[in-house]
Amino acid sequence: MTVHSFQEHFDSLIDREISIEPKDWMPDDYRKTLIRQISQHAHSEIVGMLPEGNWITRAPSLRRKAVLLAKVQDEAGHGLYLYSAAETLGISRDEMYDQLHSGKAKYSSIFNYPTLTWADMGAIGWLVDGAAIMNQVPLCRASYGPYARAMVRVCKEESFHQRQGFEIMLTLAKGTEIQKKMAQDAFNRWWWPSLMMFGPPDAESPNTAQSVRWRIKRLTNDELRQKFVDVTVEQAKVLGLDMPDKDLKWNEERGHYDFGAIDWEEFKNVVKGNGPCNKQRLETRKQAWEEGKWVRDAAMAHAEKRNARKKEAAKAA
Amino acid sequence: MPAKQQKRTRIVYIIMAQQEITKKSEWPLWEVFIRSKAGLDHKHAGSLHAADAQMAIENARDVYTRRMEGVSIWVVESKNIHASDPSEANSLYDPANDKIYRHPTFYNLPDEVKYM
Ligand SMILES: [Fe+2]
Ligand SMILES: [Fe+2]
Repeated sequence: MTVHSFQEHFDSLIDREISIEPKDWMPDDYRKTLIRQISQHAHSEIVGMLPEGNWITRAPSLRRKAVLLAKVQDEAGHGLYLYSAAETLGISRDEMYDQLHSGKAKYSSIFNYPTLTWADMGAIGWLVDGAAIMNQVPLCRASYGPYARAMVRVCKEESFHQRQGFEIMLTLAKGTEIQKKMAQDAFNRWWWPSLMMFGPPDAESPNTAQSVRWRIKRLTNDELRQKFVDVTVEQAKVLGLDMPDKDLKWNEERGHYDFGAIDWEEFKNVVKGNGPCNKQRLETRKQAWEEGKWVRDAAMAHAEKRNARKKEAAKAA
Repeated sequence: MPAKQQKRTRIVYIIMAQQEITKKSEWPLWEVFIRSKAGLDHKHAGSLHAADAQMAIENARDVYTRRMEGVSIWVVESKNIHASDPSEANSLYDPANDKIYRHPTFYNLPDEVKYM
């Protein structure tokens, strides 16, 4: 086959909604874009453990602690599924870690905000995991097989994340005056950064069309954001909390809620590294990696020793 | 093997192991297969890194079966998997298309034959 017919074959697979698998021919840009997208997603899962891990020892009850622990462990798993999917495209795990630790690779900017109170665990589960689910469900039908399969696994696990967050919010919102205030305060602080999770407006994301064509993005940033606003407004009513947006209004004609302007300057700033916790998150992550080195080395040495012993025994027999 | 020689062999192996580590820090990659229920086949679940087979199984347990997704785990080091070439898919699988007589629906039976 010539390069041209390879491309034609690839295009026809994409058009017919047939999965691309690791050994299939694919255009370089498709591979590169996927590596960037999947590894960024993996980094987000891994860094995303930090703001919540921060509260495990301070959870208000054993039940909440067990739940939060299970959720954070799930996020580690999500990172691993995604790193594995990216590895099938020809990048090594160590390379991806290097990119994260050197600051070359990005992760979701939401994790650069601080978790100040217990209510933040509720707001994160409800809003941040909620937004993530909105993003991830369409990706279960992404064109790249290993990515789509990883997303199916991730989505199955995510729904408990959002529910446990909502449950925390509900408990606080129905609690004492102070607890309700705490819930509202967390909602106020996490709402706008959650809307930013969907990325810049469509008019400013020039790569969207290509990604939609490749089926590695199934809905645009603005479409997903609107869906998220619409469902969250209804959930906030159940909680009895106020939407932190005075411009929020039902638009009969559109059949959607209109919402206020997002502060994209803030978004750009956080992405650039100037968010409240960028430095701390990256430092913590690097420290965890460096302090885990002896464990990785010891496991390797142990494996070699076990192997050697087996060989020795085989020789003796 | 005399004890002294045995000890020396072991030390040599340890030194070899250490050289291996400095050469390559990344744990090898393993493919994970899981039997979700007794009586079913093992199915590919994904992959992971681990120092050896035993640790790969332990890691697979933590990564892929946190919600009772399995009753049995296989791990195979990824470098030992050999796959067919997708560009040869046509020549490999096409011949099956013109052998429809391999399917039961190819045969016409009289209506009187109820169960076959
Ligand atoms: Fe996740
Ligand atoms: Fe999650």
